[in-house]
Amino acid sequence: MPETLVFYAFSGLAIGASALVIGQRNPMYSVMMLIASFGALAGLYVQLDAPFVAVAQIIIYAGAIMVLFLFVVMLLNAPKEDGAEWDRSHPLRQPAVVRFGGLLALLLVVQLGWALLSARGLGGPVGAIGDAETVASVRVLGRVLFTEYVFAFEATSILILVAMVGAVVLARREGEGS
Amino acid sequence: MNLTLIVQLGVIGLTFFMLINASAILVLAERKIMGFMQQRYGPYLVGPHGMLQPFADIIKLLMKEELRPKGADKWLFTLAPILSITAAFAAFAAVPWGAETTLFGLLDEPVKLGVADINVGILVVFAITSMGVYGIVLAGWASNSKYSLFGGLRASAQMISYELSYATSLAAVILLAGSLSLREVVDGQSGVWLGFIPSWYVFLQPVGFIIYMIAGVAETNRAPFDFPEAEQELVAGYNTEYSSVRFAMFPQAEYINMTTMAAVATDVYLGGWHGPFLPPEYGWIWFLLKVGAILFAYIWLRWTVPRYRYDQLMRFGWKWLFPASVINLVVTAALVLYFDA
Repeated sequence: MPETLVFYAFSGLAIGASALVIGQRNPMYSVMMLIASFGALAGLYVQLDAPFVAVAQIIIYAGAIMVLFLFVVMLLNAPKEDGAEWDRSHPLRQPAVVRFGGLLALLLVVQLGWALLSARGLGGPVGAIGDAETVASVRVLGRVLFTEYVFAFEATSILILVAMVGAVVLARREGEGS
Repeated sequence: MNLTLIVQLGVIGLTFFMLINASAILVLAERKIMGFMQQRYGPYLVGPHGMLQPFADIIKLLMKEELRPKGADKWLFTLAPILSITAAFAAFAAVPWGAETTLFGLLDEPVKLGVADINVGILVVFAITSMGVYGIVLAGWASNSKYSLFGGLRASAQMISYELSYATSLAAVILLAGSLSLREVVDGQSGVWLGFIPSWYVFLQPVGFIIYMIAGVAETNRAPFDFPEAEQELVAGYNTEYSSVRFAMFPQAEYINMTTMAAVATDVYLGGWHGPFLPPEYGWIWFLLKVGAILFAYIWLRWTVPRYRYDQLMRFGWKWLFPASVINLVVTAALVLYFDA
């Protein structure tokens, strides 16, 4: 079963690379590992007969967003994390913050468990339940996006616009320009 | 193994071989055309009229000592050129370069000339070329040298800026063709209008073609947009610290990217392998001629136009080229809707 082998190879790559993203002390390596992880995910999408989603994944995440990440890491010249020192006064190590983080982690685990349990009854890839045509064809995908899911689509675009305007406002220094 | 599979593998191997040669031929062509434009002979010593100069160049580069600065990041410094050239080769995989062939009736079913026929081919080319920027950025960062770092930063800023116009100009053609497959886009351009004008998309999309070519030059970091390696300011830019084979991979990736850019332009705007006089089986000759013409224009441009200033580059990209490409897309979409509906 070459397809199964390819699936396990991509899955292993995605999981391994994702683990290394947080396992790295050098932020530059973390960025590279995240790109590798996105590439592996794109491979999995191809296996699900969704080449458009795969390519969009590479263009948007691995191509555009990660270049910005890399840009920021390079510009800030972020130093390697130092493993030795344990700074108690760091704002992220306040007890309240730690408790909140622990709660979030717990929620994530519960959600994952719920998702896995509820997906057990599917018995086949999601694409086989009738969405296959939608996912495979760009034409149908676009039509669905602009009819059935038009509210979510437009809401997302407005959210992104708000974030962009917010970033511009924050980055703009007082008294500069008119 | 059946014969069709062997021929298909042969086509893939041939594509790879042609790409490797494309960079060698382009190096020679660049130096010869530069010489011609500057009223001198160019390389003349190796072989007749200096035709074997690429071999001399390659042997020289292979023989050089491979250096790595002490403060450089060992892994990323090695990875960067490999990433560059892998992305350059891989991007061409989705570009078809000829119609179907049966090798003079030797095969039962025709074989398509091109590595892979993907139904989202244009996007695949675009996605993989956008991976190429990592090679340059990482080379700039990993070298631990300020010239390299500035080259890498400029490269990423420039490529992000011009990718938008590049993709938007292609999107207009996708609307016209109604397909993301490069092969279907080419097949949509067969035939003639009014009996003598070939029905190429360049005549429907003149603005889009110009935007594509300008953004393509900027995407491949060629003059007049070669800021990542501006000699006067940055020594050699992102590849300052590289030598030997690792250095050779960068210009080679650049020349292969140029070839891919020209091949996509040929497929998308200039009718691919469609042309008069030749039967469809020999359409690849037209394809090669068109790609050659675009590449000549690239080199011509490099030795004619001086480099812009960096702020001019950014202003031009964001305030002129991108709005123009968006207007082009909107007008095209409106016309397609009007004539189709």
